[in-house]
Amino acid sequence: MLYKKLIIMKKNISILISILFFTTIGFAQTADEILDKVDKNMSAENRIIESSMIIHGKRNSRTMTSISYSVGDKQSFTEYLSPAREAGTKMLKLENQLWIYSPSTDRTIQISGHMLRQSVMGSDLSYEDMMDDRKLKDVYSSTVIGAEEIEGRKTHVLELTAKVENVSYHSRKLWVDADYFVPMKEELFAKSGQLLKQTTLSNIKKIEGRWFPTKMVYKDMLKQGDGTEFIINDIKFNQKIPEYIFTKAALKQ
Amino acid sequence: MEVGELKTKLNLEYSEMEWVSRTHFGGLIDVPDENGETRAQGPAAGRAVDLFSPESQEIERMNIGNSVVKGVIPTKSGEAIISDDFAERFSVNIGDEVTLFGSTMNGSMMFHNFIVSGTIRFGPAMLDRGAIIIDITDAQMILDMEDAASEVLGYFKDGLYDTEKAGLISASFNEKYSNVNDEFSPQMFKLEEDAGLDEYLMLADSMSGVMITFFIIAMSIVLWNTGLLGGLRRYSEYGIRLALGEEKKHIFKTIIYEAILIGLLGSVIGTILGISLSYYVQETGIDFSNIMENTTMMFPQVFRTLVKPAHFFIGFIPGLFAVVLGNALAGFAIYKRKTAQLFKELEV
Repeated sequence: MLYKKLIIMKKNISILISILFFTTIGFAQTADEILDKVDKNMSAENRIIESSMIIHGKRNSRTMTSISYSVGDKQSFTEYLSPAREAGTKMLKLENQLWIYSPSTDRTIQISGHMLRQSVMGSDLSYEDMMDDRKLKDVYSSTVIGAEEIEGRKTHVLELTAKVENVSYHSRKLWVDADYFVPMKEELFAKSGQLLKQTTLSNIKKIEGRWFPTKMVYKDMLKQGDGTEFIINDIKFNQKIPEYIFTKAALKQ
Repeated sequence: MEVGELKTKLNLEYSEMEWVSRTHFGGLIDVPDENGETRAQGPAAGRAVDLFSPESQEIERMNIGNSVVKGVIPTKSGEAIISDDFAERFSVNIGDEVTLFGSTMNGSMMFHNFIVSGTIRFGPAMLDRGAIIIDITDAQMILDMEDAASEVLGYFKDGLYDTEKAGLISASFNEKYSNVNDEFSPQMFKLEEDAGLDEYLMLADSMSGVMITFFIIAMSIVLWNTGLLGGLRRYSEYGIRLALGEEKKHIFKTIIYEAILIGLLGSVIGTILGISLSYYVQETGIDFSNIMENTTMMFPQVFRTLVKPAHFFIGFIPGLFAVVLGNALAGFAIYKRKTAQLFKELEV
């Protein structure tokens, strides 16, 4: 009798362990699948974006427009079009190097080291934020930690932890739209667990067969002000971008 | 913001002070190569002061003139004086162009080319690391700070800081112009209230109080001992005087009068000499810059004394009272001497 009970208990424990094991695998796969789908929407071989950036500072708000060309996560070129003070300022990113050209001084300045963590044009974005276009799956290991509703839409909540060394944010919490597989909200944390930045993404549109948010609001939690709005006025994927754009010579043109 | 109007008000209402505006800024100093691309760069710790106005005393006040190593102080817009260490490290020569890169007051990118007119070394590493000094009008232009400054400082016209007067002025100003509900309204602080300086000044005051007290106690013991020994050494003299019929009370009185006279004369001469020396050091100062080259704190390299009213009488505590006390204690022995023992002592 006791022996039978022990056999039943053993079976139950084995079933429980199997359920736990497969559930964990199932979550890990789901998280990876979600990130795959997010990366498919958000990443592209190349793209051209015309955007407006509205910086809400302590005293006033400023709007600047720019056009950016990027190829993968290695090359990008941005030219600021307005206001007059910033017009003609250009930024070139090649691999992990960044140069800025200022027409007023006719100088090309390389930005490196701690300066990469500084704010771009007083916004809530740093140069590092702008430079880091790597796919989330390549940089973070992820787990699904739940499901929530944001503005009436179902989202998967993912927790991402860095699996490589050279990342700006040690962990992220990501709310991904369950239908569109586009991030709707993101919180970026330091290794200490302190919340550094918060991003909300909205105005999701279907562009060239993919879902893409056309409005992002960034908030640097360590900075005063009401955040920075990044509005995509026009975006084109997989265009032919001339190679010369990604050269230092193009900065002075 | 609206610094011009603010300074006009300050000059009218608090005319006992000289009001100056300064701006601090950060960023990068970028040194170009022949193609205009970055050859070298380092962090900038910029200060913008009034260099060009003939009535400005900022050059003397910040000791810029004496700290120039090479070249000259900027004389026109577009010139800058930079840290000598930076210039040496990155082979920047007088007349070279460097680019200052940072952000404006509004957060826009700021790029500006400056001609290096000279190099400077203040001494403290903190001041020299990436130092760049430009005129305040240049800073206002490149940092989008028209009619604005980081701070407006008030200096007493006699050059000496008076914490009580400063407290009255700041309280009066804050009552008139400061609004706690408006984060952009101006606020005036005393020197001690700036960035925890109060604690340092209190600590320095306490330490100096402790040192003065110990010094006075030590000097009092020495002088009291001198008086006591002086009195005891005259033991035989008092014996003879007693034997000659002088009254004990009279001898004691003369000892005290002598002590008062000696104490007074010594204290007056000591005070005159001490105050003269203090006044000399107050006016000329002692330059400690050679031994403070590696210090990381920002404070003047020339140390000065300050002659205060208390110095005119504080020397009398050990000088007069200790001598009189010592002599008085020695004098008590007179009353204890007996006639029989006295004759025996005199025979010896």
